[in-house]
Amino acid sequence: MDIIVCLKQIYDLGQIMVDTATKYPITEGVARKISDFDKNALEEALRIKEKHGGTVLALIGGTKEAAKEALAMGADEAVIYSADSDSLGTATILAEIIHKTKYDLILCGEASIDEFSFQTGPRLAQALGIPVLTYARKMELKDNEVVVERNLENRYEIAKARLPALVTVTKEINEPRIPTLLQILGASKKKTTELSPAKPEAGIETLRVTAIEMKRKEVILKDIEELAMVITSESR
Amino acid sequence: MIFTFSEDYETAIEILAKGREVADSLRLELAAVSIIKHNDVEGTYIFCGADKVYSIDSELHADIVVDCLFSLINQYKPEILLIGGTRLGKEVAPRIAQKFGAGCATDCVDFSLEHEKLIVKRFVLGGRFIATQRFLRNPQIVTVPPRRFGKKLDTARTGEIIKTTPKLAEPKVRVLEIKDKTPKELRIEEADIIVSVGRGLRKKEDLVLVESLAKMLGGVVGCSRSVAADLKWLPEEHWVGLSGHKVKPKLYIAIGISGQVQHIAGIRDAKTIIAINNDPNAPIFKACDYGIVGDLYDIVPALTNAIKK
Repeated sequence: MDIIVCLKQIYDLGQIMVDTATKYPITEGVARKISDFDKNALEEALRIKEKHGGTVLALIGGTKEAAKEALAMGADEAVIYSADSDSLGTATILAEIIHKTKYDLILCGEASIDEFSFQTGPRLAQALGIPVLTYARKMELKDNEVVVERNLENRYEIAKARLPALVTVTKEINEPRIPTLLQILGASKKKTTELSPAKPEAGIETLRVTAIEMKRKEVILKDIEELAMVITSESR
Repeated sequence: MIFTFSEDYETAIEILAKGREVADSLRLELAAVSIIKHNDVEGTYIFCGADKVYSIDSELHADIVVDCLFSLINQYKPEILLIGGTRLGKEVAPRIAQKFGAGCATDCVDFSLEHEKLIVKRFVLGGRFIATQRFLRNPQIVTVPPRRFGKKLDTARTGEIIKTTPKLAEPKVRVLEIKDKTPKELRIEEADIIVSVGRGLRKKEDLVLVESLAKMLGGVVGCSRSVAADLKWLPEEHWVGLSGHKVKPKLYIAIGISGQVQHIAGIRDAKTIIAINNDPNAPIFKACDYGIVGDLYDIVPALTNAIKK
């Protein structure tokens, strides 16, 4: 079972400050990490490998640090590329890379937590011409098929498709492992390839990103009766 | 032409109202795509703003929706597609966009036009920032969050319902079983009143305090990351936050929650936020409408009693 996991390195959102003059986000010096749900995808790939054998390739929009994170968790190999494009561009780059690779299954997080676009997985599956199963909270492989339990608005749906297929996972699917010191040290012995794909066409451009002013009343009450009255009126 | 589509009826008519505005500004036709087994709603789509309805009689399935839209887009070449941001919509929109080498903007909360191209606004970076984006080419594909825009009904409107039978391939994904969610499992995203608890709670058994208040108000219980993911006192369904659930209740009561950025990202859309915390410096007090400093073990029972009266 050869699995490719697509991961995105993002800024630690809690550390991003706002430039008081321009209201733009300040990302300089902010720590980076692999996006949360992408880690769930990697964890799921590792569990499948532990059960069925095979390989796990981490395909990362990010730096060598992100590669180390993924390799320390247990990926066999990492491929990193620098990603500065919209969803169309990202999916195009990923499809380009993956076309040349042998795989049975591709796993992605349902969305990256900095953008919440939910686009990469479906776009990539469409570009590769393979089935896509989104919002998986459970998955199983059987007889060259993948069966997932999808978490939809008012129902759970059990769906399946023949491999090769792409699955996007939700955080409910598992708890990502924390690598041991030994695994972290072992990461440097594994292969990381750095790619520089040509800048793809974008479909959308971002004109600006500005902070929202959170305008809350910030009224501090001293009296429980008063609070009770506020709550009663606001809950009507 | 502008196409709209949502498999969810309420969302479909909300998008039509918004679509009508854009269609009028650009002097384009507005067409609703309806993929449904029973087509009694199509007349209402006309009342809600559509000039035409392309009606396709079919099972609802992402692969089928993609094929239908692909066929219609090839035929009518719409400049803009507005798709309801349900889970199905958010899967279908980017797939269509990839097929046409197009851009797609998810969960757009505002639209305007500049030189006849859409300019959209979306929340990014944990909901603390708004990204203003512009499409570079057609088709411009946008997903619209449900319950964001109001609907407009005008029974005097007329339009055409056109039955369409596109060529549909066999879906690649097979649905084996559907399990309805019990009311308890229904998403906290839909809740109107949420009473939420964080690390300030000393033990799991004390959840009853929070549950009583929630029950009294007819609301549901929510929690912070610590309570769901670390302490595991409540299942994931209750987790409110950036990597949890984003909620938009009319009332959100945060009990013993410090108010980290990741939690605030989940409650940004709440109409009224109430904070109860014994630390006067807790960040939650800067993110609330009303707050009270004190021990939740004193305040919550007293509050529950006061409200009862």
